[in-house]
Amino acid sequence: MTGLEAVILTIITASTPLLLAAIGELVVERSGVLNLGVEGMMVVGAVCGFVAAYTTGSAALGVLAAVLAGMAMSLLFGFLTQTLATNQVASGLALTLLGLGLSGLIGESFTGLPGVTLQPFDIPVLTDIPFFGPILFGQDVLVYTSFLLVFAVSYVMTRTRIGLVIRAVGDNHDSAHALGYNVLAVRYGCILFGGACAGLAGAYLSLSYTPQWVENMTSGRGWIALALVVFATWIARRVLVGAYLFGTVWIMGLYAQGLGIGIPSQVLSSFPYLITILVLVLISRNRTLTKINTPACIGRTFVPDR
Amino acid sequence: MRLVLERRAERSRLMTWLSPVLAVALTLLAGAVIFSLMGLDPAHALYVYFLEPVLWWWSLEELVVKAAPLVLIGVGLAVCFRANVWNIGAEGQLTMGALFGSALPILWHEFQSFPVMVLMLMMGALGGALYAAIPAYLRTRFGTNEILTSLMLVYVAQLIADWFIRGPWRDPQGFNFPKSVQFEGWQLLPTFGDGRMHLGAGLALVAVVVLYVLMSRTLKGFEVRVVGTAPRAGTFAGFSSKRMVWFCLLLSGGLAGLAGICEVAGPSGHLQPAISPGYGFTAIIVAFLGRLNPAGVLVAGVMLGISYLGGEAAQIDLGISDKTAQVFQGILLFFILACDTLILYRIRLLRSQTAYGDAGR
Repeated sequence: MTGLEAVILTIITASTPLLLAAIGELVVERSGVLNLGVEGMMVVGAVCGFVAAYTTGSAALGVLAAVLAGMAMSLLFGFLTQTLATNQVASGLALTLLGLGLSGLIGESFTGLPGVTLQPFDIPVLTDIPFFGPILFGQDVLVYTSFLLVFAVSYVMTRTRIGLVIRAVGDNHDSAHALGYNVLAVRYGCILFGGACAGLAGAYLSLSYTPQWVENMTSGRGWIALALVVFATWIARRVLVGAYLFGTVWIMGLYAQGLGIGIPSQVLSSFPYLITILVLVLISRNRTLTKINTPACIGRTFVPDR
Repeated sequence: MRLVLERRAERSRLMTWLSPVLAVALTLLAGAVIFSLMGLDPAHALYVYFLEPVLWWWSLEELVVKAAPLVLIGVGLAVCFRANVWNIGAEGQLTMGALFGSALPILWHEFQSFPVMVLMLMMGALGGALYAAIPAYLRTRFGTNEILTSLMLVYVAQLIADWFIRGPWRDPQGFNFPKSVQFEGWQLLPTFGDGRMHLGAGLALVAVVVLYVLMSRTLKGFEVRVVGTAPRAGTFAGFSSKRMVWFCLLLSGGLAGLAGICEVAGPSGHLQPAISPGYGFTAIIVAFLGRLNPAGVLVAGVMLGISYLGGEAAQIDLGISDKTAQVFQGILLFFILACDTLILYRIRLLRSQTAYGDAGR
């Protein structure tokens, strides 16, 4: 394996969880809902995926459990913010706090146990092609899923009626309601999709990235995913670019650490967070760019009048 | 059957006060369910968790120790959230306050007379405020959302603290443990009672009183409420929303920093990597449970202090993880938010389509 190949392979592993979580949150935010609980859903997905895979021995069941756990968490958020019309920022924070606590409790007796690894694809001939083989044909199913999701979301959002309805609900819930669309149902659907994606991201962390359970193993990735959605100005294709940009930076930090160039490890570990801030600043400086694409009703509660 | 919200003509005053009580009751109920699922006697477990911490004098003192930082941070956040400024990085500001405040005793260990304590507290508050100034500047200058920046800065602050404690500030005689030198003399906060309760509790009380007066009796308090509930009206009244962002972040950051240095110079007496068990995040729950009202925050801080103590007690007496405390705190916040819906809305259960039609009027 050449050096460059190894770097690219690790970049893919660092970017995939960000991409999975961000593409889900993008759909949620397009429907006008701000779910700050990505970190919480992701970490619960990670622990449930790990526990399910460890006890059944099947990575596939682990992934399924993670998706269901993410959706269950998001359903809680949906019930609060949609049915009970609570403040979305506070509810999202609650989801994250609850998720971090819950995952610590569930995973406590599983800490440090050897996990089940999601096996990468191994297609005869194709995977054996030097350099391109392992990169293009030797990934696990979640990596391919993340790419598929980006293209699917991009297509649905821009080319289909469902996407139009979601955007309408996110841009003006009163008009969408007046036109006869069920705003709350659309939003519930998007929230559940976001939960499923965050669960997948969690599963990737605990079944593929590092196949074990470590408390708080998401280490802020859910929050970075939220920042990525802003960075992508709510456009699906740009999430792909953003996630891989972040993954690259993250990995470069790790490699620099490995080379032992006299920078303290803490400086390098803080890179992803500092770069998130930098990127947010650069994007928000450009007011028109953000204004054009920001869902107008984001974060606002909707209570249907009767 | 479906659940429908019906807007009340005005805010329900009764529900404003009943909702947190209801939320606590529901959390206890949820606790009983969780304990019985874990195979424990729910009544005994709840007793150990929530009642025992307030039955003994020593545990009451310990409760004050836990509640002090929660209240200090919580009152600042209450003002922030009132003004719709979402500072969720109090944990980072706490860490920075602890670092700034510890600079004096670590770098000038011989300085142990009374003024050092005053300077340490001031440095702590300054550190927290300066760290909160970053999201404030980015928000007012570039329009960057303060939620994400303040949270990202938590991770950065913890890494900076980690570097200091493992690097230049490590105790040379500390057998390579990642901790600073032990503070001495006035570098430690004066204590009361059996020696655990420290000055931080007094500072928390002062903060509550000052902010209570500020919020209910001064123009600034009025400004906070107007900008928070009706930003447009605030603009017409000549209130600057940028100034409000600065005010809220500096205030809450300073208080979080103060809580940070109080933790270091109080219970621990030296700097170590784990400065707080997540007080900065729990204080968010404290602020909401306390109705974003300084007086309410005082009560709420004590209640969440109990959950920390209960978690420790449950670990010893019942052999269950102290992580249950964090779960309870999360559940509590959910119930508070859910119950707060009752302030603005009535909840109706509709049985069928016809019932829906009738209610449609």
